[in-house]
Amino acid sequence: METYALLMAATLNAGTVLALAALGLLINEKAGIVNLGAEGLMLCAAIAGFATVVHTGNDLLGFAAGMGAGAVLAAVFGLLVIWLGTNQYATGLALSLFGVGFSAFAGIGYVQEKLPPRVPFEVPFLADIPWMGPALFRQHPLVYGAVALAGGLIWFLYRTRTGLVLRSVGESPESAHALGYNVRRIRFAAVVAGGALCGLAGAYISVIYTPLWVEGMVAGKGWIALALTTFATWRPARVLLGAYLFGGVTMLQFHLQSTGVDVPSQLLTALPYMATIVVLALISRNPAWIRVNMPTSLGKPFQPGS
Amino acid sequence: MLRLEARPEASKLWGYASPVLALILTVGVGVAIFMALGKDPVRGLQMFFWEPVKSAYALGELMVKATPLLVIALGLGICFRSNVWNIGAEGQFVMGAVAAGGVALLADKDTGRWVVLAIVLAGILGGMLWAGWVALLRDKFNANEILVSLMLVYVADMVLSYLVYGPWKDPAGYNFPQTKTFASVTQIPRLMSGSRVSVGLLIALAGVGLSWVFLFRTRAGFAQQVGGLAPAAARYAGFSSRKALWVALLVSGGAAGLAGALEVAGPMGQLTPYVPAGYGFAAIIVAYVGRLHPVGMVFSAVLMSMFYIGGELAQSRLGLPKSITGVFQGLLLFSLLACDTLVAYRLRWLSGRA
Repeated sequence: METYALLMAATLNAGTVLALAALGLLINEKAGIVNLGAEGLMLCAAIAGFATVVHTGNDLLGFAAGMGAGAVLAAVFGLLVIWLGTNQYATGLALSLFGVGFSAFAGIGYVQEKLPPRVPFEVPFLADIPWMGPALFRQHPLVYGAVALAGGLIWFLYRTRTGLVLRSVGESPESAHALGYNVRRIRFAAVVAGGALCGLAGAYISVIYTPLWVEGMVAGKGWIALALTTFATWRPARVLLGAYLFGGVTMLQFHLQSTGVDVPSQLLTALPYMATIVVLALISRNPAWIRVNMPTSLGKPFQPGS
Repeated sequence: MLRLEARPEASKLWGYASPVLALILTVGVGVAIFMALGKDPVRGLQMFFWEPVKSAYALGELMVKATPLLVIALGLGICFRSNVWNIGAEGQFVMGAVAAGGVALLADKDTGRWVVLAIVLAGILGGMLWAGWVALLRDKFNANEILVSLMLVYVADMVLSYLVYGPWKDPAGYNFPQTKTFASVTQIPRLMSGSRVSVGLLIALAGVGLSWVFLFRTRAGFAQQVGGLAPAAARYAGFSSRKALWVALLVSGGAAGLAGALEVAGPMGQLTPYVPAGYGFAAIIVAYVGRLHPVGMVFSAVLMSMFYIGGELAQSRLGLPKSITGVFQGLLLFSLLACDTLVAYRLRWLSGRA
């Protein structure tokens, strides 16, 4: 019983990484921009956050550094795709390749570093409930932060005027432009905000989730987060659910490895990636459903007056 | 203020000048990085642009690394021109190497020279199989090929890892995760003694010719590109988009698999967990910097090979991490995409607000 509580807790923890990144990418995509650079961006944020915590011992500063790194890289990406009209796929890919190289380069001195031990966070009273406590209420505050973020995003996107404008920019930039909105500036803001969230996810990996620095440690989570927005047909609540589902797959793999089932460990490691492929295929099977839910101008450049 | 103004038609001049400008920008940033790290920038640049070309042997090594990059990029060029986003060439390279390695392991000292042909074929088929999954899932399930091809890279790495840690591990290898060294008969023939350059280079150059003829002199190659540029026009002309998808993925997967076979039966001579060296990802940059043109890719493959060798030298002689190669590769693609704006737009200074 206790094992399952811990498994549940680990699932939420792993899902938080994916949720933060995927919700960030959702903001991008709602504004019509696909950022394939998520993986590279998260890696750079991971080393930025880790290095900051090594030097300052302060997790919050580490998160801030990760968000900053994510926002800066996303801003470069945004300038290229929004103002210079470069291909979003190619530019995102460039960001990913650059991020993999740059983070390895910058992180070379931090491979052996360890972070100071920290006090686990417990929600008062609730953490003492048997089973439920260890499963749900002994988590890093950001785990609850991700849930709050999803809630906040639902409110922002569907209940506020700014959210409506953001969505309209992703659906029909021409109309938004005709109504006098500055499409490029709005898209840029969305890209930077999304990048900051991906950066937070990256810093969470290196500061809390793992906590250490290894080259390429994001290990495809940026790409899985990109797939999650499609799985969730661009709805924040489903993004959150999907993130926990994939967090669960990751943890199941560790659990099976530790219980010593007679399956090659490589098969288990490959599980989250294969699950991504299978789910992607099942969800995409109905093109009409995807078309109805996908922001209409996703991936399409917009230049006013052209 | 500075303003972008659309050109009436794409600038031919900037089509050629943009990769050069991108390289200059990358070198500029490189100099800044060397100076920031307290290294002599002239020495740094020497590692990348002089050491790899200064002797016949060095040039040979340059070609050894350029070969797989060029082979993969030629396939990707056809793929990207068809607007199919196969970014998992790395995985197809690994599966090509695995399939080729499997055949090579069967050979012993009595095996005939024909085995090389079987190895190369196995490599091509291995790469095609891996890319075929992407095509199948895109075709039948409408699954995004970017994500599927990339996820399959991780799966391919695990297949390789399973084999070298498990059933294919050399029993006499002191428990190292590697297969036994392939029989010498499996070695891809070398062009001359004293250099590691193999017939792989000739295959790559033949591939340049083949790819050029296919793209610019055959109806099938034309249909492939129309589908990429204007899907509606392709439909109207009766070109099948499904066929274009399969051709694009099988060709690029086969090319990546071929590169894997040439590597594993060439410079490597055995399967180890270090087969994936990032060639599949670097080849994406090669393809773009070479303007997706077979001849252009020859130059960009050599350039990217210089980055690889320069990175290794910078590590051994200047004490810089080898990953600086990845930084330069990413920077080059970034600068290229930015500079490419000048192909379609021109910069105009305007006084006051526009």
